Amino acid sequence: MRAWAREVLASVLVNSIYEMKNYPVVLLNTVLSPLSFLIVITFVSRGQLIGEAIEGGFIMSMFQSGMSLQGDLSHLKNDFKLQDMVVSSPTTPSAYVTGMAIGEIIYSIPALAVLTILAAIYIHPGAIEALELLGVFLLMFLGSVALGFTLSTFSSDIVQSFAFSRLISTLFSTLPPVYYPITYIPTPFRYAAYLSPTTYAGEISQSATGLITLSSAEVALAWIILVGVSVSLLVVAVKKARWRDI
Amino acid sequence: MNGAGKTTLVRILATQLAPTAGRAAIDGLDVVEDAAKIRRRIACIPQEARTIPWMTPKQTVLSYLLWRGADYGDAKRRASEALAQLGLETQENVLNRRLSGGTKRKVLVATVLSSDADIIFLDEPTTGLDPLSRQELWTSLTGLAEHRFLILTTHYLEEAERLADVIGILHEGKLVGLGTLDKLRSTLKYQYSLMVTSATELPGVKEGVVTRARTGQTQILADESEAYAISRALLEKGAKFSMSKVSLEDVFFHMVHRTAEEAQS
Repeated sequence: MRAWAREVLASVLVNSIYEMKNYPVVLLNTVLSPLSFLIVITFVSRGQLIGEAIEGGFIMSMFQSGMSLQGDLSHLKNDFKLQDMVVSSPTTPSAYVTGMAIGEIIYSIPALAVLTILAAIYIHPGAIEALELLGVFLLMFLGSVALGFTLSTFSSDIVQSFAFSRLISTLFSTLPPVYYPITYIPTPFRYAAYLSPTTYAGEISQSATGLITLSSAEVALAWIILVGVSVSLLVVAVKKARWRDI
Repeated sequence: MNGAGKTTLVRILATQLAPTAGRAAIDGLDVVEDAAKIRRRIACIPQEARTIPWMTPKQTVLSYLLWRGADYGDAKRRASEALAQLGLETQENVLNRRLSGGTKRKVLVATVLSSDADIIFLDEPTTGLDPLSRQELWTSLTGLAEHRFLILTTHYLEEAERLADVIGILHEGKLVGLGTLDKLRSTLKYQYSLMVTSATELPGVKEGVVTRARTGQTQILADESEAYAISRALLEKGAKFSMSKVSLEDVFFHMVHRTAEEAQS
């Protein structure tokens, strides 16, 4: 267990601490990205959607962490051959990915801290609601990390990998109704929005904090889909990710 | 030779690539069945491995040791020791991106040097280095090989000749030769090589082969007594020439051509 913790620490150091220490400018992007949407949505809605925008900021931060992981792991794998070096060592893939994922969360800490303060001021959720939100964000993070890791192990070209990472981020965290209620989307397009797991994350969060009203059955269905998607992505990562090349 | 299968072989043995057929083992341990046991004993610097630019040499070695399960304090001490061993003590806290190409390679060597692995894979570690950096790295690798088993791939034959105790020659995915340099030489009919400029009038070669070397010079392959007889004749004529035992390059081309001829027939 202690060796596993050290392996995790190595990944955390490489993927976040050393980079932040030596290149502090990289922090700015991770802070600004989720907050910029929050600011735009808040201004455009004249403050009407600030609650949704704060929750959207959380969802985007968590989802983007996984997608950034995909880009970072591909970069380390293809440009520095780090994955090959680590495969030929006692490190397990779970320790490697856990550390790298924690590294991504560390990058998000400033943005998450700002969002938490804003949530306390504008949404002020109770303990149960806060736990519900935490569960949603954690599921988002786990699912996106699993997806990011799996995709990174298949990547052989970093340019393609970064493009793919940005595309998935746009499709799953910018376009779907995470920063605004799904009712704002015209009906025919609403069905398309339900193809994204982040839509369910947005619905549960907005419903938990009273920003939209959903029936118990709708909330339960959203939870089932969100848990199902996250677990499926984790299973795919365990079964299909190419730690050792074939 | 490019495409011979060196990297594929290393990646299979270093448990990075699953074999599509056949069986490979290291010290009796199967690379598929016993991968976890093998990984505790090996370390590898892959082909085209690079140091991460936003890290320092010390951070590079330290994190690698943590991945291998070392505790933080121990890893820190061993990282400094390994870097000092390679003469990098003054650069251990400089960002990797500020280091020269040769120094970056040394940092990678320091990672495997600091580890407790007893089998080390180095896939073309000197490719792209200038002659001075290559010499320095050769010295480092010679030191590393004193206590570890090194498997090094290269397409620089003089590098294999200089560093290896046992040489394997891969051609189109097949091991066409394996042994010490002397053993590989013994597979050739003639053990000596004379190089003369192409304009030189050659003395009579009773038993031997006259070919054109890749340098454009004329090469005579002969046995020892014939080689000395030819060299005496060349000296009498005042011709410039060099004589040596056949090189690994001669062995390599002989083996590769023989394999090609065997494949044709």
